[in-house]
Amino acid sequence: MRVMAQIAMVMNLDKCIGCHTCSVTCKQAWTNRSGVEYVWFNNVESRPGQGYPRTYQDQERWQGGWVRTRTGRLKPRSGGRIKRLFSIFANPIMPRIGDYYEPWTYDYEHLLTAPAGEDLPVARPKSLLTGEDTKVTWSANWDDSLGGGNEVLQGDPILRKVSDQVRQEYEKAFLFFLPRICEHCLNPSCAASCPSGAIYKRAEDGIVLVDQDRCRGWRMCVTGCPYKKVYFNHRTGKAEKCTFCFPRIEIGQPTICSETCVGRLRYIGLMLYDADAVAKAAAVEDEHDLYDAQRSVFLDPWDPAVAKAALAAGIPEDWIAAARRSPVWDLIMKYEVALPLHPEYRTMPMVWYIPPLSPVVDVLRDTGHDGEDPHNLFGAVDALRIPMEYLAELFTAGDPAPVRDALNRLAAMRAYQRRINLGEKPDGSIPAAVGMTPEEMDQMYRLLAIAKYEQRYVIPSAHA
Amino acid sequence: MADGSGQALLQFGGLIRRAKVSPDGRALYQIGGREADAFYRDRWSYDKVVRSTHGVNCTGSCSWKVYVRDGIITWEQQQTDYPTAGPDRPEYEPRGCPRGAAFSWYTYSPTRVRYPYARGVLIEMFREARQRLGDPVAAWAEIQNDPAKRRAYQLARGQGGLVRVNWDEALEMAAAAHVHAIKEYGPDRIAGFSPIPAMSMVSHAVGARFMSLIGGTMLSFYDWYADLPVASPQVFGDQTDVPESGDWWDASYLLMWGSNIPVTRTPDAHWMAEARYRGQKVVVVSPDFADNVKFADEWMPAQPGADGALAMAMGHVILKEFFVDRRTPPFVDYVRRYTDLPYLITLRRRPDGAYQPDRFYGDDFKPVVWDSATGAPAVPRGSLGHRFGDEPGQWNLDLGDIEPALTCLGAGPAVEIVLPRFDLDEPGTVRRSVPTRMIDGHLVTSVFDLMLAQYGVSRPGLPGQWPTGYDDPDEPYTPAWQEPITGVPAAQVARVAREFADNAERSGGRSMILLGAGVNQWFHGDTTYRAILALVTLTGCQGVNGGGWAHYVGQEKCRPVTGWQQLAFALDWVRPPRQMIGTAYWYTHTDQWRYDTYTADVIASPTGTGQFAGRHTMDLLAQSARLGWMPSMPTFDRNPLDLADEAGDDPGSHVAGELHSGRLGFACADPDDPKNWPRVFTAWRANILGSSAKGNEYFLKHLLGTRSNLRATDVSGKGEAPEGKLDLMLSLDFRMTSTTLLSDIVLPAATWYEKHDLNTTDMHPFIHAFTPAISPPWQTRTDFDIFHGLARHFSALAKTHLGVRKDLVAAPLLHDTPDAMATPCGRVVDWQETGEVPVPGRTMPKIVVVERDYGAVADRLGALGPLLDTLGTTVKGVHVDVNPEIEYLRRKNGVVLGDRPSLLKDVHACEAILALSGTTNGRVATEGFHDVEKRTGVRLADLAAEHEGKQITFADCQARPVPVITSPEWSGSETGGRRYSPFTINVERLKPWHTLTGRQHFFLDHDWMHEAGEALPIFRPPLDMHKLFGEPRLGRNGELEITLRYLTPHSKWSIHSEYQDNLIMLTLSRGGPTMWMSEADAAKIKVRDNEWIEAVNRNGVVVCRAVVSHKMPEGTVYFYHAQERVIDVPKAEINGRRGGIHNSLTRLLVKPTHIIGGYAQLSFAFNYLGPTGNQRDEVTVIRRRSQDVEY
Repeated sequence: MRVMAQIAMVMNLDKCIGCHTCSVTCKQAWTNRSGVEYVWFNNVESRPGQGYPRTYQDQERWQGGWVRTRTGRLKPRSGGRIKRLFSIFANPIMPRIGDYYEPWTYDYEHLLTAPAGEDLPVARPKSLLTGEDTKVTWSANWDDSLGGGNEVLQGDPILRKVSDQVRQEYEKAFLFFLPRICEHCLNPSCAASCPSGAIYKRAEDGIVLVDQDRCRGWRMCVTGCPYKKVYFNHRTGKAEKCTFCFPRIEIGQPTICSETCVGRLRYIGLMLYDADAVAKAAAVEDEHDLYDAQRSVFLDPWDPAVAKAALAAGIPEDWIAAARRSPVWDLIMKYEVALPLHPEYRTMPMVWYIPPLSPVVDVLRDTGHDGEDPHNLFGAVDALRIPMEYLAELFTAGDPAPVRDALNRLAAMRAYQRRINLGEKPDGSIPAAVGMTPEEMDQMYRLLAIAKYEQRYVIPSAHA
Repeated sequence: MADGSGQALLQFGGLIRRAKVSPDGRALYQIGGREADAFYRDRWSYDKVVRSTHGVNCTGSCSWKVYVRDGIITWEQQQTDYPTAGPDRPEYEPRGCPRGAAFSWYTYSPTRVRYPYARGVLIEMFREARQRLGDPVAAWAEIQNDPAKRRAYQLARGQGGLVRVNWDEALEMAAAAHVHAIKEYGPDRIAGFSPIPAMSMVSHAVGARFMSLIGGTMLSFYDWYADLPVASPQVFGDQTDVPESGDWWDASYLLMWGSNIPVTRTPDAHWMAEARYRGQKVVVVSPDFADNVKFADEWMPAQPGADGALAMAMGHVILKEFFVDRRTPPFVDYVRRYTDLPYLITLRRRPDGAYQPDRFYGDDFKPVVWDSATGAPAVPRGSLGHRFGDEPGQWNLDLGDIEPALTCLGAGPAVEIVLPRFDLDEPGTVRRSVPTRMIDGHLVTSVFDLMLAQYGVSRPGLPGQWPTGYDDPDEPYTPAWQEPITGVPAAQVARVAREFADNAERSGGRSMILLGAGVNQWFHGDTTYRAILALVTLTGCQGVNGGGWAHYVGQEKCRPVTGWQQLAFALDWVRPPRQMIGTAYWYTHTDQWRYDTYTADVIASPTGTGQFAGRHTMDLLAQSARLGWMPSMPTFDRNPLDLADEAGDDPGSHVAGELHSGRLGFACADPDDPKNWPRVFTAWRANILGSSAKGNEYFLKHLLGTRSNLRATDVSGKGEAPEGKLDLMLSLDFRMTSTTLLSDIVLPAATWYEKHDLNTTDMHPFIHAFTPAISPPWQTRTDFDIFHGLARHFSALAKTHLGVRKDLVAAPLLHDTPDAMATPCGRVVDWQETGEVPVPGRTMPKIVVVERDYGAVADRLGALGPLLDTLGTTVKGVHVDVNPEIEYLRRKNGVVLGDRPSLLKDVHACEAILALSGTTNGRVATEGFHDVEKRTGVRLADLAAEHEGKQITFADCQARPVPVITSPEWSGSETGGRRYSPFTINVERLKPWHTLTGRQHFFLDHDWMHEAGEALPIFRPPLDMHKLFGEPRLGRNGELEITLRYLTPHSKWSIHSEYQDNLIMLTLSRGGPTMWMSEADAAKIKVRDNEWIEAVNRNGVVVCRAVVSHKMPEGTVYFYHAQERVIDVPKAEINGRRGGIHNSLTRLLVKPTHIIGGYAQLSFAFNYLGPTGNQRDEVTVIRRRSQDVEY
């Protein structure tokens, strides 16, 4: 057992309002400069939708992440290292600018300087790449809130997998938002793809960074990352990516995207894990086992043996204490409501998600049942507007069981709390039905609903 | 490993640096040696962080950290230090949205107005004349008196050609225009527009104060924006008062109705998301799959404009199941105590023998109930007659021993009554019946009995046409009846209504309806609202934390309202100020009235008596003005300065006599006479021509006199309409908008990160500050400094050109004063029709002559005036002596003009607002409550006592958002740290509502309400634009054209027009104006996503791109609000001119019932009551246009 600490995040998609404040505050602080106009370390995708860059989840096309070889080992999907070494000067498998979007601006000055004429002055769009007039045809968020309809949504790689279950007409529309940053993976394929060794994972907190001095701009990392969260700065010729706001994290402050999240849906905390167990867990044969496999590498900070090993590994005591208070631990391990994004990429991502409940219960409504009745409610989870299969393709490599369990817990929490809210007698059978005690359910409720700043972000300061 | 060389390379990479490589070569763990991180560390460094906020009309009122480095603003993030909301609920942190997070882009953006600008052709004429004549006023007058010159610069408005000028020149020309207009036409020909004081109180107040000191007119915004829910004054006698968002948490049933919370109340949406975890049930009513539907347990996809039908059907279910089938004790108790349901209404016999409801029974504004305890009529306390009568201590809701009977059932015979219905193609009637009682020869029934008849809830033994059950599709207002109108299944409606009421019963009134613009901004939005408000009032939810209505439409609560009001309207120097209902102003002066193809009787009820028959809406406006109901500006067809000179010692009699003789007329009777035009108009903190101006093209054509896309025909028969009424269009802004483009002078304003000011909202209970992160850059100045500069230039010119003058002000009959008793029983008596001499303050406006020292305007702008010492402050009828505060301000701010507290700095104004308001000064709150105690006889002052010694200072607001103090300025209580919910003081302390009965009203008995058929809640469908204006019928009209409902909901990427030009917001969206349409509609006219389309109706044309989406319902397009013409708008195919803004397709339609005045709660107060500038009933023709666009 080699104990390491990882700063990790959970986002509760059930609370996400799709406002993009996280994207804007991140952009303003980190990437509103030339060379990275098109770069959003944090972006928010409407789902269904194509994502940013578009169709990035289609790994057949983009070749990101790891694949398991017949011998049970992992290799980058983009090919073995020889192949990549030989293709180092011509990397064809990479989104083009149009797959992100061609950044633009407007000739705003014209509004002030237009000479006397015959009509109102207007600011026309201009390409930020060429400076020429342009028509805007794609953006970082083109299909926001189902914009573009079927024509655009057909390009959603996830939707393609489940298309026969999902109908797109008006009455059955479904929508949720997926905010994304770098996953700061335990098993980062970007780092493994870098010929220069410029991408590294910080020992103390697991934040994955690009060494700006060492990066040679090969862009193998762009291909290697299945989340397409490494970007190429075309001005400096270097790769750049989300830094988990390490200058803030080091002094105990949450990332900008978290602190500015008005949906209050982000949680940051430490996870202790066994670094020696990562490779094996990432290589389990059945993709459906990856969720549990990744959970199995996490170490219980309350376990005295773990604490002892952590101390021995140089992890400070206050970090161990922080790991015990970690909301991320609670949501992933204790309440089991948070799930990894695309575990099938085998990178062991460390930004996890609570699936959206999307509780429009058409089936119940149409049959006139009481959606508040817990017995109906559990059945209702299968009748949610967002198809379970879609969520499973995102979070559990297609296995609906963990998604259903998480949603059932959220639904049960609502049913349980409703009685308390109305001053009625709490019904202990509700938490029991989802394998929780009333106390656990109440604690989970407080963490998900009340969630004060200090509870959402438990971040130990760095030791100099 | 087959790929050994690659592995070697990776290992080599690891070897040449101080890092650990995992044994499988999979990962590098870097320890130390982080010089390469320096870039990001450096990027994240700053010199200081300043607290400020955004003075944008969004109700956000979010506190922000503004980061500054090397004197440059770098970015902003939300503050997270709001005082706690308590241990068992979420907090207000962080508050903010992507728009606010993108604000600093403006500071240094190329659309920033850096210098003063003027219209080139105008400034050249002015310079030449000024040099020749030596006097700016004479120079301005010469230009105005030369029709060719005037036309030349008016036609150039908006067509480019702005040139840089210096500050003195810009201010001098503006000042000259003001002086000239006052001299030639009168101060009421000058108007200012700046909305929503709460978003930056001092910036608003300084300009309004300047306007008020010179006698200019401030235009209302809340009604003009169609954000005012007229139902609120109608039902509650209150402008609007709503729960803070933290109170959503207290609701256990939340109905979001026409309000897309994640998009329009972004910082508050989390309360809704989180309350669900507490077991709150969430239901959404929305025609499209809006962003909030994602959070809903149930979605009721009602057709646009059909909300009233849905609400009436829900009311039907609640009345039947909770009042008739079973008398639910808490509901019955509530409505007897807090509503007009038990009050007796006289019945009027019709020629056909049936009856109609008529008036509240009783005299002297003291309506009557039937007392079950004594078996006799009784007058409960708390009515208007008690409020302004001569018995103090009687104005309260204490019923004493009276047990009001809800119904007359069993007392007397049932009689047939005739009620209107508007759900059919033509208005019709329905015959039902009510039980009655005879009192002193008057046949009466109760409001409750009328409500059951209106809603179609039968009781055994009552004859008439009644529904056979919920499944009766023909009789209003059953669930089955509403289904074809709304598209919502009847069973769902019945179930949701039942759940809503059941939850209210189980939770003690914690069912809440969150209402929004999607319901409010229709022509008949007030009737829809009344039907919805009935749901929360019947179920006892109003005045309960977690319950009641929550209207969030443009209502930013200016919490320290008293102090702001004193400053803004210069009440410390001269009273009364001139104030005007915005909608009527623009309807009149942009000549939209000339294009009315109908008369006012189109809204009349078949049960009416023809009071609107054949009358143009302008006729009704003129009547409203001459009866003193609503203000009218300009007021008379004469300069009010001259009128004051000739009026003598008894100006009221003089004016009454002149009006009676016909020698003096109201300006609105002939608005197109040049002497009745508005002459100078200033907009600040506003983009009226890019955002709120319904009928935008009419503004361009008639008010400004420039080129327009107006396509409608003048049908007034009043001869040639004027084009170009305004002498001067002046605007202050920090960015280029449609308004600045169309202005004659553009003054560069400081942004929100460059000034001191105060900010509040209704969404949270805190007050907090703007603080400059940097000094105003380039030549920009704060609004505060700009108006002081304008005032100095004005005073210098006015001293000789105007001197000291008397000014005759005509003030309307005011709400919360005895004026509200001017119209007994709501019976309209028009002196012009009866031939009587009008009586000022009773049958016509009050006439007041005031003195204006025009040379002293600048000095008075910067000093708190002496009138406050003697008259104190009065807000909503609450009087406070503020001499201690005046003394405090002398010491805090220093003195000017001898002994007056200084208002020379923006911070002085902040301190004055804070000191004079109860919400921010515990002494003022306590004294105000004592004043109300005297009139009500109930204990109230204890609500503020916990903070009696607390005075919030500006420094407090800069340090951290500060919770406000419970104050009689508002109707709810924050005492003890509770969440704010409106009317909790009324419910808990028995303080009356400011209505006729002192209770919440279902019944409105004014003549015009009867005429409109709206005495009771009712369903009125959207206006039929085919019938009214000859627009094509909805649906396909031709191969590639389709007519659709045209809605303008609020967008995710802007706050009104603010941010719609912001590069970051444009980058995250579609980069310019777009119109959302359904897949089906798009297919019909062969439009694909992102293709250029044109939308055309009689009002104008819009050119934009299509967003095709299955989230949209068929038959409706959304052109998100305030997409203006500055960004990516090509020329229209239809006329070769620049496409319009969202309001190019709308126009004003004035609803007559909104201009009632002088009667109880239907009395004017500024932004409190007035006609709405509604725009949602509009339709448009859409077609795919050539994809080759030209700019």
